[in-house]
Amino acid sequence: MTTWLPLFVILPLAAGFLTPLAGRRPGESGGAARGLALLVGAVLLAGSIALLGSEPAVYWIGGWPGADRPSVGLSLVCDGLTQMLLVTVNAIAFCALLYSWSYIQRYTGRALYYCLFLLMLAGMNAVVLAGDLFNVFVFMEVAVICSYALVAFGVERAELEAAFKYVVLGSVSSLFVLLGIALIYNLTGQLNMALVAERLGALGTERGPAVWLAAGCFIMGFGLKAAMVPFHAWLPDAHPSAPAPISAMLSGVVIKAVGVYVVCRILFNVFGLNTPAGALYANVLIVLGTLSMVIGVFLAIGQWDFKRLLAYHSISQMGYVFLAVGVGAAVLATDGPRPIAALAIFGGLFHLVNHATFKSLLFLCSGSAEYAAGTRDLHELGGLKYTMPTTAGCCRVAALSIAGVPPFNGFWSKLIIVVATAMAGYWILAALAAFVSFMTLLSFLKVQRYALEGPPPERIRAIHETPVPMRLAMIGLATACVLLGVLVPLHRARLIDPATRTLTEPRLYVERFRPPDQPHMGTTWAAAVKELQP
Amino acid sequence: MNSGMSLIVKTVTRLVAGFITLFGIYIVLYGHVSPGGGFAGGAILAAGLILVLLAFGREATLRMMSHDGALAWDCGGALAFVLIAALGYLAGGFFVNFLSHGEPGQLNSAGMIPLLNAAIGAKVGAGLFGVFLALAVFRPGRHREDPS
Repeated sequence: MTTWLPLFVILPLAAGFLTPLAGRRPGESGGAARGLALLVGAVLLAGSIALLGSEPAVYWIGGWPGADRPSVGLSLVCDGLTQMLLVTVNAIAFCALLYSWSYIQRYTGRALYYCLFLLMLAGMNAVVLAGDLFNVFVFMEVAVICSYALVAFGVERAELEAAFKYVVLGSVSSLFVLLGIALIYNLTGQLNMALVAERLGALGTERGPAVWLAAGCFIMGFGLKAAMVPFHAWLPDAHPSAPAPISAMLSGVVIKAVGVYVVCRILFNVFGLNTPAGALYANVLIVLGTLSMVIGVFLAIGQWDFKRLLAYHSISQMGYVFLAVGVGAAVLATDGPRPIAALAIFGGLFHLVNHATFKSLLFLCSGSAEYAAGTRDLHELGGLKYTMPTTAGCCRVAALSIAGVPPFNGFWSKLIIVVATAMAGYWILAALAAFVSFMTLLSFLKVQRYALEGPPPERIRAIHETPVPMRLAMIGLATACVLLGVLVPLHRARLIDPATRTLTEPRLYVERFRPPDQPHMGTTWAAAVKELQP
Repeated sequence: MNSGMSLIVKTVTRLVAGFITLFGIYIVLYGHVSPGGGFAGGAILAAGLILVLLAFGREATLRMMSHDGALAWDCGGALAFVLIAALGYLAGGFFVNFLSHGEPGQLNSAGMIPLLNAAIGAKVGAGLFGVFLALAVFRPGRHREDPS
């Protein structure tokens, strides 16, 4: 299995460059492009499911670290956290591609749409697989540059404005990430994350202030990609402006793969928590997570644009994930009871997977409503349960999931987060999380009331259900929402627990993925310069 | 034909464009033994085409390299890069350099790196030219709702 790890990057990359060649003839309906994209999506989904539960593995590109070669190679790393993210990313991507099959036929430039979609997918798969900091940066840029173009895909005034805002803020955050990587490289002379972690551990208390600066750069840079308050301003414009399947990808997986995942990976596995700084990192995550959770939901409640409301809820739900992971980190950093830390992190990661399913589903439902009714203003919608029963049913499942109603998946993850937060001693935050969940319920009752219930307005009385591929994609995600909730005892051992362990036992990362020793290794840049000086 | 710049510019362009292209190809092909490489050489190739575009205008240049042609070279170059890298699986893994490494410093050395350089050169050259073409073709228009 390890031999084929690069296929998660090769396949979408090659297919992405093939689609414009296949679909550039005038009059081409994009059939070849969409078939190829769906095939690649299916293969990647099957591959990522087959990978679940396998032993942690490392793949050295080009076969570089060997007995006789210096360890300068790039690695792809596949542990529990990566496996969980790969399944999530590829499952949502497959559903979005299935949905696009019909949805995107209303747009021109379909071959380019699939090209950008597949390149974005390649970028995200590579980010979660990358074993060194610089490749994380490069592929993060691949993913987000494609997403800039996809946000602007409608090329109307609002879309271009949203994309421009996203480009400017995204570029600034990328520069912060690059600065952070440069600082770490200067300090340790390494980019491989296992080696950086080892060198930082060896430096101990002599790390100096540069690590603090680097950590700040990473939290700001990746936090903006994850739309943490106060770096969230771009998201409510960018996510609703994209075509619906892209909104589902952006809110469902992009903010997680290039935001939450990288923050967790760097703070837990690279910087480590058993240092004086560990508690500070954890507190920053808790504060930003709580702020996102509360502010996001209050901004969401007043929205009347269906997709914009969903976008604000993404900020709020990401707050839950950061809060839970931060609580886990705080317990670990202060040598608290490990089961509580594990429970909190489990809740956070579980909520991450759940949010990917129900928020993608909600965006697809809003896309269906817009596809049929031509509007996403909640005032103008209504009675969809009569005219579009499948869409309305799926929307209801997703709304109940995000609002935390049992037995859907959102209930279990929020319950675990609230319980773990309370057990860790953060009573106020636990109460706040429960309160925000109630506000989410209120907000989605509004969606139910105005979009699904009531008599259909005159203008949209004659609309009918969307094409079959779009319905299939929504039904698939709705099934996932139910099954992830009901079958927690069955899937947690393969899906979430291995991911939780990579964060609760961060030292394992170094032991597993460190390249073999070489004579010249361990020289930092500063030491090398000192040797050269007379 | 009145499109493009003055006769002097056109004549000079006719003289140097070929050399610029040749220099670009040289930089691409010697990327593995001297400074330069696929990206630098590709940028020079694109500069040669852009010079022709500036001197002779859009119509004449599109006959040499159309927008579709630029797209095809662009995607083809990237695809070739991925496929050459994936060919390494024949010898054990992604990006494994299985071709003969030759004598260091000679043109025929470094295995598949010159091939990868050529692929990048095609991609960057066509890509940069395509960007320039898009900017040259694009005409700012008024928005429909704009009252002015």
